[in-house]
Amino acid sequence: METVLEAKNINKYFKKPVLFHVLKDINFKINKGEFVSIMGKSGCGKSTLLYILSTMDTEYEGELYLNNDLITGDSRQKLTLIRNKHIGFVFQFHYLLSEFTVLENVMLPAKKLGEKSVKEIEKDALEKLRILNIEHLAHKRASQVSGGEKQRVAIARALINNPLIIMGDEPTGNLDSHNADNVFNIFKKLSVEENLSLLIVTHDEDFANRTDRIITMEDGRIIHE
Amino acid sequence: MANWTVIIDIAKKQLLTKFKSTAIAALGVTFGIGAYITLVSFMTGLNNMLDDLILNQTPHIHIYNEIEPSKKQPVDIYDAFKNSFNVVHSIKPKLSQKKIHNASPIIHFLNKNKDVKGAIPQIKTQIFYIAGSIEIAGNLTGIQPIDEARLFNFRDYIIAGSPEKLKNTENGILLGSGIAKKMALSVGDRVQISTIKGDLFPLKIVGLYQSGVSDIDAIQSFVNIKTVQRILGEAENYITDINVKLYDIEKAISLSKKTEQQFNVTAIDIKTANAQFETGTSVRNMITYAVSIALLIVAGFGVYNILSMLIYEKMNDIAILKAIGFSGNDVQYIFMSQALIIGVIGGALGLLIGLIFTNIISTIPFKTEALAKVDTYPIDFNVWYYVIGFSFAIISTFFAGYLPSLKAKKIDPVKIIRGQ
Repeated sequence: METVLEAKNINKYFKKPVLFHVLKDINFKINKGEFVSIMGKSGCGKSTLLYILSTMDTEYEGELYLNNDLITGDSRQKLTLIRNKHIGFVFQFHYLLSEFTVLENVMLPAKKLGEKSVKEIEKDALEKLRILNIEHLAHKRASQVSGGEKQRVAIARALINNPLIIMGDEPTGNLDSHNADNVFNIFKKLSVEENLSLLIVTHDEDFANRTDRIITMEDGRIIHE
Repeated sequence: MANWTVIIDIAKKQLLTKFKSTAIAALGVTFGIGAYITLVSFMTGLNNMLDDLILNQTPHIHIYNEIEPSKKQPVDIYDAFKNSFNVVHSIKPKLSQKKIHNASPIIHFLNKNKDVKGAIPQIKTQIFYIAGSIEIAGNLTGIQPIDEARLFNFRDYIIAGSPEKLKNTENGILLGSGIAKKMALSVGDRVQISTIKGDLFPLKIVGLYQSGVSDIDAIQSFVNIKTVQRILGEAENYITDINVKLYDIEKAISLSKKTEQQFNVTAIDIKTANAQFETGTSVRNMITYAVSIALLIVAGFGVYNILSMLIYEKMNDIAILKAIGFSGNDVQYIFMSQALIIGVIGGALGLLIGLIFTNIISTIPFKTEALAKVDTYPIDFNVWYYVIGFSFAIISTFFAGYLPSLKAKKIDPVKIIRGQ
């Protein structure tokens, strides 16, 4: 199996207000097409881990490999590009830019990447929206669509640059069960049909049980994989 | 790597959703620049007018014979008293002639100098205007009317008649407007003057002169230089003053010093004679710029305020932009472009407002005794003020935008996202 993301001996300390060892020797791999969830109690460090994996947090010890390339210690500029191109993000809150339309929100990361013409990006974005069954919302303002729809727009945005992996920080945490189910099905479909890797932090046991693999964390350690 | 179309796009959208506060910030810049343009154009216009009023009719170098005591009294020269402390009482001025010795060669010499625009002779003398049994003291100046008009804007101060008319009328006189009023005379009438020696001469009034200073207008009149020589009974080489106009006013000091030494005359340059005007001009300019800069600093704070608030409000957006692959620099560019958009729009509107205001001011009637040729408020239209004003707008908004945008650049997305 091809490895997409690998963490080796990740350690992280919070220095304020007191020195606190929040992540202890984290080691795991995520393979291509795998749908992995991370579970654990609040404060066990799972979100902290996710932000390290996402390259947004660079203050840690250990090594991080994306597509078998070491990315630990890369410049911020390079990490920004990696985040833009290879990692898709879905958060608990929807975080769309409210001044823009749904379509523009989805197009934004691709425009930033600047590898394709605006026409092509627009075509891609509409395609992603179609996959998520929200094509009809394309020209609505982001502030005018419902919560569940916003989360799907956020997923479409995460997909626009055809990333290696999608990361989610409790993407269903703020949704009702119907919409949560919907989001899960979308993730599952992406994993199966598009062979996309997914790493989702969640509190929702039903959600986690339906994923390929559950990583359980407690007190900064992986206790079960 | 910055992707400018996306950055400008985001910057524009955010500004448009906050249209009201954006407009207010831009208006701050607009008023700052508008006020600067109006102030500087108006002030410089006034300055130039005042300078013209004084400096254009003033010779750059004025050459004459000063009546003064000898600098070295005989006792200073006498060797026997060399080492003693000498006190001389009741020093009298040295007896000398009023006329400039060898005036014509001096004029000829000066006119050949390539820095000199023109050197022309004058004769100044005291006379009395005779009105029945009343004698009014006055000054009569003999001039070359055409040259005076060419070099010293003499035409601007003639409210009736012309320099040509004076030149062509042998016994003509340009009467001061004050004296004309006193004696109820007008163009075409005759006036009698008497020299200090008591000789009477009838002269024909060919025009009226008004300098704007009523004390001068009440005594001063002009005639042809030959007429004065005849009235005074002097020869054709009798010249009391030489007025020199230069191409470059800065050369006045050196040339006046040189002339003084070379010809043993008194030569006063314009800078020494009118030092207070330059001080006045520079002080007025300083006030104009101080006020304008104060206005722009206030406008700058307005922009700073709006951007700080915008960044505070858009914290989440900034975090999400960073999460989806915008770098800190990109985010900074977004807010810097917003500041500059406000600066460019506000500045451009300010230039327009300044242009409109100055145009309005330049049509307001401004009639004053002192300035016969001025009808409306003077405005100095100079494209450089617009260039400076616009640069001011850009620079002040740039600095106003820099600090908030630096803050946006440093926002840690993890903190914002996790803080929810």
